[in-house]
Amino acid sequence: MRMKNRDLYLILADTSLILGQRLSEWCGHGPAIEEDITLSNVALDYIGQATSLYKEICAQEKDGKTEDDWAFLRDASQYKNLLLSELPNGDYAYTIARQFLFSAWYYLYLEQLMASKDEFLAGFAAKSLKEVKYHFQHSRDWVIRMGDGTEESATRMQNALNEIWTFTGEMFTSTKAELAAAEEGIGVDHLSFQDAWNELVENTLQQAQLIKPENGWMQKGGKEGKHSEHFGFILAEMQYLQRSYPGAKW
Amino acid sequence: MVDLQHQIWQILQCVEDPEIPYLNVVEMGIVREVKVNNGIEVVITPTYSGCPAMKTIEEDIQEALAENGFHEAIVKTVLSPAWTTDWMTDDALSKLRMNGIAPPERGASDKGLLMGKIREIACPRCFSKETTMISQFGSTACKALYKCQECLEPFDHFKCI
Repeated sequence: MRMKNRDLYLILADTSLILGQRLSEWCGHGPAIEEDITLSNVALDYIGQATSLYKEICAQEKDGKTEDDWAFLRDASQYKNLLLSELPNGDYAYTIARQFLFSAWYYLYLEQLMASKDEFLAGFAAKSLKEVKYHFQHSRDWVIRMGDGTEESATRMQNALNEIWTFTGEMFTSTKAELAAAEEGIGVDHLSFQDAWNELVENTLQQAQLIKPENGWMQKGGKEGKHSEHFGFILAEMQYLQRSYPGAKW
Repeated sequence: MVDLQHQIWQILQCVEDPEIPYLNVVEMGIVREVKVNNGIEVVITPTYSGCPAMKTIEEDIQEALAENGFHEAIVKTVLSPAWTTDWMTDDALSKLRMNGIAPPERGASDKGLLMGKIREIACPRCFSKETTMISQFGSTACKALYKCQECLEPFDHFKCI
């Protein structure tokens, strides 16, 4: 039976999974071995978090599906991840900027989700928060290092922030399902921590001597299954094995 | 019952952590509970959500119990309460130090760290506090990479979570 707050779980799980998949593309390609290892570890954290959520959906719905079915056997329009998570990696500044803006948001979100009346979500949030704290610290360090670095690194970081900014608005919109869950004390109204996010971002950009982009037109749709042109490609790569060899195990 | 429980804990103490083999899963604080009332159930919790060692740990526990005649034992994974380095035993911390890994400090979370506050980590070899962090993530997600300014050796620090 379809669980009541499935969409709330899926937005979280799909965002983690897709961002994890994106970051894993850096494995073997990082600009330095430490960074290669870092992004691979961060990717593992996200994929682990997604797995926990899919497993919980399976445990509650008891329809014989496994977490792998959720990850590998859906079509693009069935994924509810934030658009930001599916953006291609770009250069290192772009990956770091995406990581910084996202993990600042995710940290604040999880902090509130810890008070959820849904026992599983509260436990999940407490666990994940510890990991995301390190993701945020890592990306924050690099934003400052690049922003306050050479002309080249500062330009790249500023360009990355400017480009990604249009995808940050979606983080603070809530779907009907999310608002209903927030009403019941299970989910979180994302607007409630927008000020805190702005402050966290401003504080860092100031230290990095970077300019916070102006709010303009914001892209959205990921949470309703409307994705960017990049999404089909990442799914094709991620799902290749299960699509070509259905049920393959090792 | 108490004897049986004791026996299970003893067996679990022989199951090593696949990534830090000189520590066992009990010292690591991974085993949360042993239930013996309706069959044997061992409750474990992951250190990190994405810890690739969890599956191996689960299988190793099952195997160790089976070897001792407990074929029907169940291993259950829970996320809550979230694992913390504060659950690692004192023994575990000194074994880490002896093996060249700076152990986590007690008293896990410190919000100041979020905005770049740096912890003072002592070198596990020469005990100097003149050390610098090279990378937030080391050989595994649970470790950070440091360098000692005094003896110039690089070392892993087991992060505090």
